[in-house]
Amino acid sequence: MSQRQLALVIDLNVCVGCHACVTSCKEWNSSGAAGPMSDQKPYGADPSGTFFNRVQTFEVGEFPHTETVHFPKSCLHCEDPPCVPVCPTGASYKRAEDGIVLVDYDKCIGCKYCSWACPYGARELDENLKVMKKCTLCVDRIYDTSMPEADRKPACVMACPTSARIFGDVHDPQSDASRAIRENGGYALMPEWGTQPANHYLPRRTTRLRIHEDELVRSDNPLRVEGHLPRPADGASTLEDASF
Amino acid sequence: MRPATSVILLTTLIGAGQGLFLALFTVQTYALVGLLPAVEGHALYAQGGAIALLLLAAGLVASFFHLGRPERAWRSAAQWRSSWLSREVIVLPAFMAAVALYAGVHALGWTPALVTLPQGPTIDLSVVIGVAATLLAFALFFCTGMVYACMRFLAEWHTPLTPLNYTLLGGASGFLLAAALATLAAPQLVGFLSGWAIVLTALAAIGRLASLWRNARLKPRSTIQSAIGIKHPTVVQRSMGFMGGSFNTREFFHGVAASRLRMVKHVFVVLAFVVPIILLIAGRDAASVPLLLGAFVVQYVGLLAERWFFFAQANHPQNLYYQAVA
Repeated sequence: MSQRQLALVIDLNVCVGCHACVTSCKEWNSSGAAGPMSDQKPYGADPSGTFFNRVQTFEVGEFPHTETVHFPKSCLHCEDPPCVPVCPTGASYKRAEDGIVLVDYDKCIGCKYCSWACPYGARELDENLKVMKKCTLCVDRIYDTSMPEADRKPACVMACPTSARIFGDVHDPQSDASRAIRENGGYALMPEWGTQPANHYLPRRTTRLRIHEDELVRSDNPLRVEGHLPRPADGASTLEDASF
Repeated sequence: MRPATSVILLTTLIGAGQGLFLALFTVQTYALVGLLPAVEGHALYAQGGAIALLLLAAGLVASFFHLGRPERAWRSAAQWRSSWLSREVIVLPAFMAAVALYAGVHALGWTPALVTLPQGPTIDLSVVIGVAATLLAFALFFCTGMVYACMRFLAEWHTPLTPLNYTLLGGASGFLLAAALATLAAPQLVGFLSGWAIVLTALAAIGRLASLWRNARLKPRSTIQSAIGIKHPTVVQRSMGFMGGSFNTREFFHGVAASRLRMVKHVFVVLAFVVPIILLIAGRDAASVPLLLGAFVVQYVGLLAERWFFFAQANHPQNLYYQAVA
């Protein structure tokens, strides 16, 4: 637990499902050092392409008591990633220094075995480059010292208009990410498999504003005691006339 | 899962090749200890070994079509400490080399006696190579099975029945091919080999029916509730986040109607087990070439269907995230 484990905490309470994280991720990672995330027939009838991040939509409950939950989904950077040991070439690996799970695109043979071993479907084969691709937590961005420090965050985090994505070290109890998990009931996906995802999700939270009668009418309101002031007679001087 | 033709061909072809080699070496071992009359010359082992090698090589070639980057295939031997796929990649060529040596020493007749046991049998070079190749054949069956059985998310595969069935199905296919070839080359062995083929086919049928019975009673461990972490009995996906397809919608869905899936299951049970056993019993005594060769071909087609069904039946938990296009 002493090692750093970078991760995302995604707040389902505030995600509005705008897909800004999806497009921002695609833009950054297509322009990055690892080469394009290719698309197939992007303007055709049946477009397809490689993405690290998807925003899905679920409906919870039965009409009329339903809620629409937008659910951003990307690699969870598991603490015990099942995709890593199955890789025959060692192209899939988990970095010791910050816990990011990465694919070495120069070693990957495109056998797809790692994608079978991921219960979350977080890996996508790039159909043009024929190698497995996945979220890198923008590893080429978060350590880039040529950027202002405030920008050294994953592209999806930078893009989110509602701050639904919190980036940080979940092994540091004082980080924003850890605090958000601890204080807002953060949870992991599919805990039944023991993969210990580093990414966490914050649940929907109901906020109720309780308003008491005496809060609407201030107890020290002179109007409550004295009633309405009488209207000044036509032509009578007012306070504004008296002051200068 | 979407069944990949390359992997179906790989596993069925190398299974038959492994089984054929095991059949040849069983004959040699039985002859060595006097349970079978000695086979004249080395042609049977040399030619049989060459056919086994051809099947293995065909399987190896098929496997390359599964790779996105076949030119990097050599890298896949690197992670043998953790990956069953890597172990399979190492054991397959090692077994092929052992079979090549085995067929080679028989073809050249280069079988110097190494040890003579007190009871009489003489251990020559081909026996030593044969023992090594037998161990590698079983190791390869185990590796191939474990490539699938180690996937704990795929409950249909995550059972000891998977490596067991790979071994039994490959063994049945290889012994049946050996019996069919014996009708052409060594008629005196047809009874022995087809007897083994019947036993192995029956055992494989029991093993495979057991796994079908088990898989029909599986309860998925992951639900849509655990997938997104919302504990409400009614959760429905309205959008998977895109309208076109993706790797996730192509690789993990077979896209075939449930009725077709059931049909394939019935077809493989009949073609891989029932018909070959009937043909073996019918053609055994007469050492009938068409009946036994036909039995092998029918069973191989049945095994192709069996392997297709094996992949298609596996239901990946990631599919919970890809239920609705919109």
